[in-house]
Amino acid sequence: MATTAEYGFDVFAPKSAARRRRLRGIRLRSPLGIYTTPLLLLVAWEVLSASGMLSPTTFASPSQVVSAATHLWSHGEPSTLRADLGISLMRALTGLAIGLTVGGLAGTVAGLTRFGEQLFNGPVQILNTIPFLALLPLFIIWFGIGEVSKIAMIALGAGIPVYINLFGAIRNVDQRLVEMARAAGVSQKRLLTKVILPGALPGALIGLRLAIAYSILGLVVAEQINANSGIGFMINQAQTFDRIDEMFLGLVIYAILGLTGDQIVRVLERYLLRWRPSAGTGRA
Amino acid sequence: MAALGRNGAGMSAVAVPAAPGRAIDTSSDSVTATSVVRRFGERTVLDQLDLRIAPREFVILLGQSGCGKSTLLRLLGGLDLPDGGTITVPRKRAIVFQEHRLLPWQRVWSNVTIGLRNADRRAIALQVLEEVGLAGHVDAWPKTLSGGEAQRVSLARALVADPDLVLLDEPFAALDAITRLRMHDLVRALREQHDSTMLLVTHDVDEAIALGDRILVMRDGRIANDHRVDLDVEGRARGAARDDLRGALLSEIGLPQSAS
Repeated sequence: MATTAEYGFDVFAPKSAARRRRLRGIRLRSPLGIYTTPLLLLVAWEVLSASGMLSPTTFASPSQVVSAATHLWSHGEPSTLRADLGISLMRALTGLAIGLTVGGLAGTVAGLTRFGEQLFNGPVQILNTIPFLALLPLFIIWFGIGEVSKIAMIALGAGIPVYINLFGAIRNVDQRLVEMARAAGVSQKRLLTKVILPGALPGALIGLRLAIAYSILGLVVAEQINANSGIGFMINQAQTFDRIDEMFLGLVIYAILGLTGDQIVRVLERYLLRWRPSAGTGRA
Repeated sequence: MAALGRNGAGMSAVAVPAAPGRAIDTSSDSVTATSVVRRFGERTVLDQLDLRIAPREFVILLGQSGCGKSTLLRLLGGLDLPDGGTITVPRKRAIVFQEHRLLPWQRVWSNVTIGLRNADRRAIALQVLEEVGLAGHVDAWPKTLSGGEAQRVSLARALVADPDLVLLDEPFAALDAITRLRMHDLVRALREQHDSTMLLVTHDVDEAIALGDRILVMRDGRIANDHRVDLDVEGRARGAARDDLRGALLSEIGLPQSAS
């Protein structure tokens, strides 16, 4: 696009030719895409650490974090990183599974029926006003300091956003489509599987994304307040023994968990919502 | 449709307890509405309306917006119940709405056969899509279609089960003038191949003249005028008879004739 301002005209031409002409000097495209800045920051961080500008007592360099990871993977004390990661993943996935199942079922029933709405909506809205992390002390009294209180915490954090988003999504399905399906003689079962649930899917996936984020949040808090295994416990240990590299390692692992969860939802969206023009696949 | 269509000649009477002992019409008419009343709050939209449509007839319901023509269509389609009177319509019926109402997450062929339970739904869809000139779009997603294409898919969806009655609620109102004329040709062609009775609701006088065997003008919640159109395609496009009919219809729906 080029502008001939003096005459008050806009001139539009094919993007490729015009763009090159106009932005010749500043046309930069990194082969690393959106990972460019994070990688540059990592390099800068490493360089600053190596040069001593970042104190090793407050900042661990990326290479120190990596070597801490490789060492702890099989030689960690009192437990190895492999074992800690395993137990953390188990907690997160179990809690997430329970939260998704219960929240998903309740949200579906509440979305589809007046009775379900009256049954579930009140309690869930009340729970939703309490930051779920604040319930941990109570959960420890109710469920003990073992696995149950932690998994219950994660399940609660995951279940509420799934319920709320699914309920809203089902209620917001285009009623004109429902009417069309009824007029076309579609059975009750097909109405559910072909019209209502697919229509609620975009909203349900937002719920899933939030559920994953909240389950990691629940995991962090549950493991740091009371645990003798897991990533949160590892971070606490590292603080006790002043191992800054291991503290950073714990944070990196949480970041990777969050990123992985988000990528999984992204892939799901690309497949399940491929009918949307914005999904990228375009024409069938 | 398939769910209701086991008995081809089946009629479903939409009766309301408020109409005491009114006999259901048993004549050969395809559609019968007797003394139909529909109120929304204080407003009486349909006021003792009577309507009869013969089998295979193509009837146009013409009127200004707000005259109750869409309300009547919804009652005939079973989407709404009357407050009084009796309506008898074929059980095998289909509705074409003003918006295409395609499910965006189902491919075109699956949209067309949404009401069917046959095993070879895709083959059936392909056949009907060929009739509306969209055989090349069987596997397309609805959001990739133009407005005219989407409305043709919704026509195919209505015709796929060979209904006895097709109700069309201003189906071409949102289309541009040229696409609308093409759709008129398409509807005429489809009439040759299907035995359905058709009722089309519109506020467009020219559309009414182009398509109808009979044009009913709705006013004040009733059928106010009834015109039989005995013109061929050429006669519907131009000529003195057409101009007279057009003038009459315009003044009957409440527009001054100079508006033409």
